[in-house]
Amino acid sequence: MSGLEVRGLSVALFTRAGVLPALSGVSLRVPPGRTLALVGESGCGKSMTALAIMRLLPEPPARIVAGQVMLDGVDLAALPERRMLAVRGKAVSMIFQDPMSSLNPVATVGEQIVEVLRRHEGLGGRAARQRAVELLELVGIPDAAARLDEYPHRLSGGMCQRVMIAIAIACRPALLVADEPTTALDVTVQAQILELLQRLQAETGMALLLITHDLGVVAEMADEVAVMYAGRIVEQGPVDAVFDAPLHPYTRGLIGATPSGGTAGRHARLADIPGSVPGLAELPAGCAFAPRCPLAFGACGAQPALLAQAPGHVVACFAAEGVPADAAAAGA
Amino acid sequence: MPLLQAHSLGVHFATPRGLLRAVAGVSLAIEAGETLGLVGESGCGKSTLGRAIMRLVPIAEGTLLLEGQDITRLEGASLKQVRPKVQMVFQDPVSSLNPRRRVGSLVGQPLSVAGWSRRDIADRVAELLAQVSLPRDAAERFPHEFSGGQRQRIGIARALALSPKLVICDEPVSALDVSVRAQVINLLKDFQDRLGVGYLFISHDLSVVENVADRLMVMYLGRVVEQGAAEAVLRRPAHPYTHALLSAAPVANPRLARARQRVVLQGELPSPVNPPSGCPFRTRCPFAEARCAAEVPLLRPAPGDGQLVACHFDFTERFAAAADAATGVSA
Repeated sequence: MSGLEVRGLSVALFTRAGVLPALSGVSLRVPPGRTLALVGESGCGKSMTALAIMRLLPEPPARIVAGQVMLDGVDLAALPERRMLAVRGKAVSMIFQDPMSSLNPVATVGEQIVEVLRRHEGLGGRAARQRAVELLELVGIPDAAARLDEYPHRLSGGMCQRVMIAIAIACRPALLVADEPTTALDVTVQAQILELLQRLQAETGMALLLITHDLGVVAEMADEVAVMYAGRIVEQGPVDAVFDAPLHPYTRGLIGATPSGGTAGRHARLADIPGSVPGLAELPAGCAFAPRCPLAFGACGAQPALLAQAPGHVVACFAAEGVPADAAAAGA
Repeated sequence: MPLLQAHSLGVHFATPRGLLRAVAGVSLAIEAGETLGLVGESGCGKSTLGRAIMRLVPIAEGTLLLEGQDITRLEGASLKQVRPKVQMVFQDPVSSLNPRRRVGSLVGQPLSVAGWSRRDIADRVAELLAQVSLPRDAAERFPHEFSGGQRQRIGIARALALSPKLVICDEPVSALDVSVRAQVINLLKDFQDRLGVGYLFISHDLSVVENVADRLMVMYLGRVVEQGAAEAVLRRPAHPYTHALLSAAPVANPRLARARQRVVLQGELPSPVNPPSGCPFRTRCPFAEARCAAEVPLLRPAPGDGQLVACHFDFTERFAAAADAATGVSA
């Protein structure tokens, strides 16, 4: 199939304290034109997954130790860096959380877009500049031709993120990886950027891997959701199924901890998850969520496998096995 | 008598490009045991207003009353006397704790400034750390040994050390993960229920504010554009900006998210040094007319409980109809 398919991806950190499992057997599929949201808290491995797909891991200490990253039939995980250079920015692109620090402060906006077009598309100076203006117009930057010669510090955070998106989509990538693309932005600007990503996806048919901690953004954007905890995917499924009937206690905890307004309102006590995410060096044997889990029992000392509980809806939890979806939802 | 009252507060900064009116004509009151939510986007003046109430930035206009006492121009010893009554919890739990001091010393510092004895400080610190559910040995450790959520608990313990009447919470959970965010919000609520402390809760996140606030103020370019009971403002917004903010906030419910009609504001915040004439919001307002450029709208009563709105027109019914249509689909 085309699009992105990650199979059994494992990344280890080789540190003085030993070899730490940053990612363990992560598998994902993002077909063309679809959006998969990868959610979880700081340190759960979602950014690590993105960097591994982009082959941008900090090596050392990090290294891909197992698995494949298939993009349109090519295993990116096995490509030599020389060939990866031709893929990165062309077939796969990435946008980051902080648009201000992702752009080069001493190069103009135009130079940074033109660089991609010359390198990957082989465009000449004039043609590249013309295309850069079109790209800025496409991402909704007013007065695009004049903006081309501005430096990033002259632009607001929202405008910088638009420029980042223009650079990322310059070569019509098959896959766009967006790592917390709106976390640093105000809500009204966030809405503009999310709408822009949806429009561009509809026009180009790119696959979108959206990394976020914000369940609101997931609900607005995603077709599929994968929930990560301590370097593993613990639940994955269609967005409606995961929100309607979350099966993993961690997913339920995240949804319960998100103030959703509506019926709850003032004085409704938020469900919190006791404790905090364990460090990679102190992961318990077996299920990593067990020490914080209200449902933990004897079996949780072993590692649960990701099993399908409904078509396309998988969960790694012994307590969720065999629990009908509606009973699980009632227990949330 | 309200705990805190502000009348037509103004905070100005001299910048190379001219006078920046960061806060202009803001009036508010906070009762004991009550939470006033303050929302708006970056640069709207919400943090500056919080800092003005803390007396950390000079107040150019207006008056500030704490328990009836005018503290607008207090200086020196008399200011130091009221300081313990108003404390602050900051957004970033990493940079707001001195990395070279032990937690016990950080939490105990307000007490030592207030002249407590060493023994009393040690007792009070132990009590505070227990109240925010930190381990007993926390006092001997350094901030970097704690997670983000635990560090924010240290910041809360410090803010509550002197039993303040009012706590300014400036984005206290914005830097925290979702599960930890809920822990900290619940902790703040518990303290309020027990101690009757008043909160000014500053946040850009409407879903958080909705969960904590009794009353709500919405700021835009230094001015209050709408205020009232939180329920009224959130369910029946009267100002187009409030409506747009609510509409832009992502909803953690995929069916609702797909069904609703979003108002996506065009453009970005104008420069506060050179704000638009008339209504400050008119350059981004989908309903702006000629009158909006000519006349500054004053806060006037709107239909909801204690609700005031600064808009020439009445949109409440129209927004309410749109909101009902969206929630109807979810039911």
